[in-house]
Amino acid sequence: MEVFGIAASLLAMFASFGVLIGLLFGFFGMGGSFLVTPALLVMGYKPDVAVASGLAFVFGTSVIATLKHRDLGQVDYKLGVLMIAGTTAGIEVGRIGLHWLQDAGLADTFVSVAYVALLGGIGLFVTYTALKGDGDGGVSHDEADGEIDPDDIPDIAKKIQSYRIPPMMKLKGGIRVSLWMILGVAFATGLLSGLLGVGGGFIRMPALFYLIGVPVPVAVGTDLFEIVFSGGIGSFLYAMDGAVDLAIVVPLLAGSAFGARLGAAATSLVDEDDIKVYFGIMLLLGAIAVAVRKIGGIIEMPVLDTVALVIIIGAALLVSGAVVVSSIRELRTAESSTTAQTAD
Amino acid sequence: MFGIESLTGPTGAAILIGAVLLEALVLYVGYGALERVLGPTIAKMLRGE
Repeated sequence: MEVFGIAASLLAMFASFGVLIGLLFGFFGMGGSFLVTPALLVMGYKPDVAVASGLAFVFGTSVIATLKHRDLGQVDYKLGVLMIAGTTAGIEVGRIGLHWLQDAGLADTFVSVAYVALLGGIGLFVTYTALKGDGDGGVSHDEADGEIDPDDIPDIAKKIQSYRIPPMMKLKGGIRVSLWMILGVAFATGLLSGLLGVGGGFIRMPALFYLIGVPVPVAVGTDLFEIVFSGGIGSFLYAMDGAVDLAIVVPLLAGSAFGARLGAAATSLVDEDDIKVYFGIMLLLGAIAVAVRKIGGIIEMPVLDTVALVIIIGAALLVSGAVVVSSIRELRTAESSTTAQTAD
Repeated sequence: MFGIESLTGPTGAAILIGAVLLEALVLYVGYGALERVLGPTIAKMLRGE
């Protein structure tokens, strides 16, 4: 059976995959191109189509997720605009650096090693702080609008906030940070994005929380707001060459819009500490998957591409499952406490 | 799909990205309406009521 000239089974598969990705994207503010592009490559799509369609999908799904986070008061537009400015400058410098590395014949090795090290490093750090459970990052998801508890601000962020170089900016959660510190963090994350050729959500979201001290829900919402612009511009540039495939983007977006709604709603239910360890593990598995794919390319074993994809999808299933289970548990706990209070 | 994929150049790209944006907005409004209508029932089911 075909719909608009495309096999219904293919549409259903993309829509189901979209639900999974949307859930992670809505909850963590990352995970779009990280999951879609490798999957499309393994399915046999040309690299430019895989990258372009992945970007167009990320653009669409970030529009939806940003609107949802805006409804929950979890987007700091001032911070978002500053991050866009700093990140854009960083990406440009990163691109120049990448061209220099290409001329020196070091680009491929550098990008692969840096990608694995960064993904693995952030994954290890997030997992370690979550398991340590010392309060570093123990920010509850419902604190987006109120003043953030100083104990919940990571030590590095406290240090960065202590540099009072004017002008100072007041951000959501009641925190005050120097404009130059925000631009510095944005530039650094943009530099990594430009050097590694990735969207940067997995770098920017932890950076907003760990380095600037923005509450997690605001970090997620603001990161999504920025992705609307980076994804939109990126997909527009690729679409000029006709590389965006709507047969991929339309069903993926339909599924992910549903998943993103669930993911964004879950941010208001689930305490981030419950999930952070899974997020760290997902990043670690992502690093392993990239390393496996790279090794497959070096020793010419295409089967390792499939192994990498299985690792990525398995990690995504694990984390999205944890988000759903924790949300249902929270809903039931809230219901039990309401019932107990009524009985009292 | 929908006969607009063959479009290239700035105009074609703008139409294509506009189509993705339109789909995103339609899905946001559509799923939002569905959530309002079915949300309370689904939440009750998940709470085990």
